[in-house]
Amino acid sequence: MAYQPPPLIHRKRLLTWGLTAAVLIVMPLIFKQSFALSMMSQMGIAIIFALSYNMLLGQTGMLSFGHAVYFGLGAFFSVHALNAVGAGNFHWPVTLLPLIGGVAGLFFGVIFGYVTTKHSGTPFAMISLGIAEMVAACSLMFPTFFGGEGGISTDRVVGNAVMGITFGPSIQVYYLIAGWCFVCMVAMYALTQTPLGRMANAVRDNAERARFVGYNPTHVRYMMLMLSSFFAGIAGALAAINYELVTAENVGVVASGNVLLMSFIGGIGHFFGPIIGAMLVTFIQSALSNYTLAWLLYFGLFFLVMILFAPGGIASLITLHKPAWEVAQVRKLVPSYIVAGLAGAVLLVGVISLIEMIYQVETKAEQSGTEMSLFGIGFDAATVMPWVVSVCILFVGALLLWMASRYVRSSWTQVAAVINARRSA
Amino acid sequence: MEFFLVTLLNSLSYGLLLFMLSSGLTLIFSMMGVLNFAHASFYMLGAYFAFQTSQAIGFWPALVVAPIAVAALGAITERYGLRTVHKYGHVAELLFTFGLAYIIEEIVHLIWGRAPVEYKIPAVLDFSAFSIFSTQYPAYRVFMMLVSVGMLIALYFALTRTRIGLIIQASLTHPDMVESLGHNVPRVFMTVFAGGAALAGLAGVIGGNAFVTEPGMAASVGTIVFVVVVFGGMGSLAGAFVASLVIGAVQTFSVGFDYSLLNLFALLGIETSADSAWYDLWKVTISQAGPVLPYILMVLMLIFRPKGLMGTREG
Repeated sequence: MAYQPPPLIHRKRLLTWGLTAAVLIVMPLIFKQSFALSMMSQMGIAIIFALSYNMLLGQTGMLSFGHAVYFGLGAFFSVHALNAVGAGNFHWPVTLLPLIGGVAGLFFGVIFGYVTTKHSGTPFAMISLGIAEMVAACSLMFPTFFGGEGGISTDRVVGNAVMGITFGPSIQVYYLIAGWCFVCMVAMYALTQTPLGRMANAVRDNAERARFVGYNPTHVRYMMLMLSSFFAGIAGALAAINYELVTAENVGVVASGNVLLMSFIGGIGHFFGPIIGAMLVTFIQSALSNYTLAWLLYFGLFFLVMILFAPGGIASLITLHKPAWEVAQVRKLVPSYIVAGLAGAVLLVGVISLIEMIYQVETKAEQSGTEMSLFGIGFDAATVMPWVVSVCILFVGALLLWMASRYVRSSWTQVAAVINARRSA
Repeated sequence: MEFFLVTLLNSLSYGLLLFMLSSGLTLIFSMMGVLNFAHASFYMLGAYFAFQTSQAIGFWPALVVAPIAVAALGAITERYGLRTVHKYGHVAELLFTFGLAYIIEEIVHLIWGRAPVEYKIPAVLDFSAFSIFSTQYPAYRVFMMLVSVGMLIALYFALTRTRIGLIIQASLTHPDMVESLGHNVPRVFMTVFAGGAALAGLAGVIGGNAFVTEPGMAASVGTIVFVVVVFGGMGSLAGAFVASLVIGAVQTFSVGFDYSLLNLFALLGIETSADSAWYDLWKVTISQAGPVLPYILMVLMLIFRPKGLMGTREG
């Protein structure tokens, strides 16, 4: 029987997208602070970028270390376009500026993709890294285009206001980003349902078989990379509008690593994974960096723990519970999760206090001494007692977590028995 | 001539240092199929450990202690990290080393701060060995070359003449057969990983004070080492050796040339001014373009000879 693709528009799907659109519209009405608004704008940009990245990693199995090249170049081209509009040399509505970024991203995707997509696996990863380094090094060589150290700044309020929309207030920029984010999400989801999207999955799983079916894996990879760089360019243009500044950091290797972390933490195996990852990572980055200077370390540890224990990301942790949910057994897991959560919290307290104390003694002692306070308790990190206590908490936490993990496992065994019984019934 | 000779010697010592890093990386890659992103972080840790030990007990003990400490860390990484994620496939392994590199850099920030540390050349070696025309050539550079060449010879004999070396070579190509013959292949993997880390650590000990010991050193050397491995051909030690010397030379020589295409145009009698088309591109000097050259070489190599210089396989 010939393959019948599921219909693109049906009730359940319309409901999901309708809800997504509603959330995008309603969010700024609930969270009105400017801090929340700018974070949501950042999230919207990150979602497009992470989803475009997952077209490569999750759907085609291409681990790229240089995706920020397309994001950053898209941003640079749109910032120059915006400046040209501002100077009156060029006419283009700001609302459609992301298209310019997208086309710029696509253009470089066509050029670099031709070289990189001839390979897959580790060689592809390394070449993408090499190209990212090349572009980053070039960005300091051509100050007229890349703006040198200071970057290129712009003013997004150009031209005549259409229906009062000037993109001056950040709420208007939020809705611009939200609109583009929604369109891109729908487009990228639709792509996964096309023959190209399906062949990308086949190339990821087994390139040789894909070749036998009559598709050229190189072409599939090239197509996916071009499309993905188009969306990355759109995200870059939105970032240019949002921040009104584009610097060489935007094309840098750190930015490329960041999008990889986002997608992986969210879960590359599911379409909605990178959306979760983009939101969570953006939130962590803006919230945690206010509290501690060592936040990058916590972030890195979080990433490592995810790889070691949940390589499918948060999305797979969620979908893991689907069978249990269907037989209404999730409530049996809840007590063990609460116990594990508490044990994990104890371990976390131990880890955090050790890291913060090392940080106080090694780095901050010269300016502010070794007196510090943590979790509302003031103490001197130069004395022995806090270290002993922290190490004790750490070990107790580890022991508790080990015991709790056995509890979780036994609860799961019970639930699995119920699921199997229902299935065979 | 003077410039040429001095730069040649510098590029040689730098290239040999690159080979100490890339040899470990390429061995680990050909054995496990994992590109170790944290390899340059081991180089950085070697430098920092050496800085700490040389402050406590001096440079010479540090030359032994630091690589051993780094090797122990490498062994732990393989045993408890990579082996755990191995079942999830190569992407997870690659990402694990990527995350590890990230964390090591943050830990270095945490302990030693963001500024470079004062890891100095030992006083015994701080004199000029000989002079080339009017330039005094530092003895430490000579010492670096001696250590690297010594390591190179030791590595060669260890791999080709010792029992463990032969088992390693066999495990590269026929791991299943080696396992059936009763050898513990996972332990061989751990040994290779630790050995590669030790080499990187040693490179850090001798390179950290010749260049600069700072948290950014892993990132700046790391990508160059990747370029070396790709350029030389993945999994080929001989290729890595040639590529290390070539890339080392390209990087060292390009710094010294202040010519741009404008000079060429002037020679050819073409008039240029700041208003000419693509003026930005023409005015870039070779020394400014230096950082990009290794990557351009790599991309060209991948277009025309994807296997690399002496590689036998394509990934």
